[in-house]
Amino acid sequence: MEATHAHDHGHGHDEHAHHHPSGIMRWVQTTNHKDIGTLYLIFSLTMFFIGGILAFGIRAELFQPGLQYWDPEFFNSLTTMHGLIMVFGAIMPAFVGFANWQIPMMIGAPDMAFARMNNWSFWLLPPAAILLITSFFVPGGAPAAGWTIYAPLSTQMGPGMDLGIFALHIMGASSIMGSINIVTTILNMRAPGMTLMKMPLFIWTWLITAYLLIAVMPVLAGAITMILTDRHFGTNFFNAAGGGDPVMFQHIFWFFGHPEVYIMILPAFGIVSQVIPAFARKPLFGYGSMVYATSSIAILSFIVWAHHMFTTGMPAAGQLFFMFATLLIAVPTGVKVFNWIATMWKGSMTFETPMLFAVGFIFVFSMGGFTGLILAITPVDIQLQDTYYVVAHFHYVLVAGSLFAIFSGTYFWLPKWTGHMYDETLGKWHFWLSLIFFNITFFPMHFLGLAGMPRRIPDYAMQFADFNMLATIGAFGFGLAQLLFVWGLVKCARGGEKAPDKPWEGADTLEWTLSSPPPYHSFETPPVVK
Amino acid sequence: MISQSARYFIPDPSRWPIFGSFALLSMAFGAAAWMNEATWGKFLLIAGVSILFYMLFGWFGVVAHESESGKYNDQVDKGFRWGMSWFIFSEVMFFAAFFGALFYMRVLSVPWLGDLEHKLIWPDFAGQWPTAGPGISEIFTPMGAWGIPALNTLLLLSSGITVTWAHWGLLKNNRTQLIIGLIMTVALGITFLGFQAYEYAHAYSELNLKLTTGAYGATFFMLTGFHGFHVTVGTLMLIVILGRSMAGHFTADHHFGFEGVAWYWHFVDVVWLLLFIVVYWL
Repeated sequence: MEATHAHDHGHGHDEHAHHHPSGIMRWVQTTNHKDIGTLYLIFSLTMFFIGGILAFGIRAELFQPGLQYWDPEFFNSLTTMHGLIMVFGAIMPAFVGFANWQIPMMIGAPDMAFARMNNWSFWLLPPAAILLITSFFVPGGAPAAGWTIYAPLSTQMGPGMDLGIFALHIMGASSIMGSINIVTTILNMRAPGMTLMKMPLFIWTWLITAYLLIAVMPVLAGAITMILTDRHFGTNFFNAAGGGDPVMFQHIFWFFGHPEVYIMILPAFGIVSQVIPAFARKPLFGYGSMVYATSSIAILSFIVWAHHMFTTGMPAAGQLFFMFATLLIAVPTGVKVFNWIATMWKGSMTFETPMLFAVGFIFVFSMGGFTGLILAITPVDIQLQDTYYVVAHFHYVLVAGSLFAIFSGTYFWLPKWTGHMYDETLGKWHFWLSLIFFNITFFPMHFLGLAGMPRRIPDYAMQFADFNMLATIGAFGFGLAQLLFVWGLVKCARGGEKAPDKPWEGADTLEWTLSSPPPYHSFETPPVVK
Repeated sequence: MISQSARYFIPDPSRWPIFGSFALLSMAFGAAAWMNEATWGKFLLIAGVSILFYMLFGWFGVVAHESESGKYNDQVDKGFRWGMSWFIFSEVMFFAAFFGALFYMRVLSVPWLGDLEHKLIWPDFAGQWPTAGPGISEIFTPMGAWGIPALNTLLLLSSGITVTWAHWGLLKNNRTQLIIGLIMTVALGITFLGFQAYEYAHAYSELNLKLTTGAYGATFFMLTGFHGFHVTVGTLMLIVILGRSMAGHFTADHHFGFEGVAWYWHFVDVVWLLLFIVVYWL
């Protein structure tokens, strides 16, 4: 994709540049997509470490059988809050941060479509985080029903659950506003000549993700509102004595929840689809099929939700339908993995940190995908439901999938964002330690799950002791390895080798035509895409 | 080639969003405290709602001012149209969750509770809709469709016509028709809300139909209640654009503020039709 443009570096004539607040108010009042993207990424990193500390709490307890540190109730709070904070506080905001930074630059727009609303989308997240974290200190403690807050557990807990519900409402509002902004920006603000089928794949995946978010976040809002009214206003949505059904919560929740897991992986696919062609120095193989595969995954995500609840008892026809629909998702996902590998085929490859994380992503994410296929098979799932096999599966797709792609994208675009090259040695250490410790942590969980160890339990039988000890060692190693990431980030933000406009030889999207760091309003004059 | 995006309006840094964040934080803490019987919760909730209204007033004031001073070109206008459409789609999905709950209860969970397996626990439960469920023995009368609800259907459908008539007035530059059309729409909306308040009072005092009346009460009040809340918001929006119309805002070819409200009003109308059919009638 060749682009011509004429952005001017001196933007002092810009009428908006005159009354920018400085200091903290610059960040509170900003309407600039890059500032807001940075805020999202810093918020996400902070929540990633808070969620990580909770994970340390979980793994420390599980280092040995028997109860060591926590009450079982508090252990349940740890798993619940680890899940909620990582999903809604770390992974999702990180991708929105990428969207904010990259979408205007990659489609040749000056900023996001609704710049003020963009500010609010971000500034709703700190209140939600405050609510979530405060819930630890109210009577009864933080939500302990699992991140899925199933009724009737969630209809019974103390005020911490109310704070959690309101936090989810606010984060949902933030996601919906952010997504409306992203869809509108992509549909309305592309540079002349950039037709839909010329958009970079990161843009495509975010367009589809934003559509999913707008479709399912309100459904989550509805589900947790029903929990709230069941708790305090005497409704009987999830109470069989009143004609309701606790299983109905699971249906509504997973109607949100399954698209939600694709919300957390599609932008990762987008990042990997930008990184691999850049370092293979070849255009992406099968661009069109990538777009159609992404769309297929999004559509299928609406008709597979009950595979999370095979053990709740459903008619055999329902089990078969949801099993086959789920297995079908392997087809478009397989198309994607094939295309990434075909892109690398006979490419002129180099392995800088972004590429390492992208290739690592393909390996480890694919393993998570395969365990997903195994779990999709109803009779197998009935055995494995709520065991560590499931925990292993979703950490393979969420940590080695989403998180590795976030790392890949961060190293890929850091030179553009900061104007400095990151420390390659630190980056490589970060990658290898993450990959090794990740597998030490989560690979043994497959065996634990197959052997029958249940999830969300602070104690376990003696025969699970060795693998749990290994997983705990891996988890602490993984957590500490992330300090290298922070070190690398700080080092890159504060200085380092000056980054050229286009540090990656094979990268060809529009953001690389801008200076590093890019001007305040990305494209004052739209580039023309041929 | 210079496109519209060369002149795309990007607002200055704004102090309004952070007010909204403080508002929602206070509302969340206030509501949580209030629901758990802390007396200060109510006041914090009210403070939050007040800040939210202050924020909405200020924020939309800025937007109306920017719009009237001609800062929004066609591309910005198109952006608003996309944005509003997707917002309404998200609202559709919110209602879908509650409609889904209603269908699930009527078609699945209530008949299951009446089947042979459950005879052991609740031998007398028939599993028929409408019901308060097997464990709630209070007798209630379900809400009939052909009294106030039918009248309310007529009111809302008429309000859809009056707002379109007002729009025609705006397109023809007939300001009197615009303002009269909007006044009629607001009046119909308020009448609808009055009737619904009366219907709720009637349900509680005479039909023994309450929010706590099992599956029927929960779905009835939550669906009609959230709809009523949306009618309230829609009416407030109509009052705002009525005020703006009286102040001379909007022109025949630049009036997305008006159209956005009209779209929202039609959405509320369609939701009511679905409610009338599946909640009241069938």
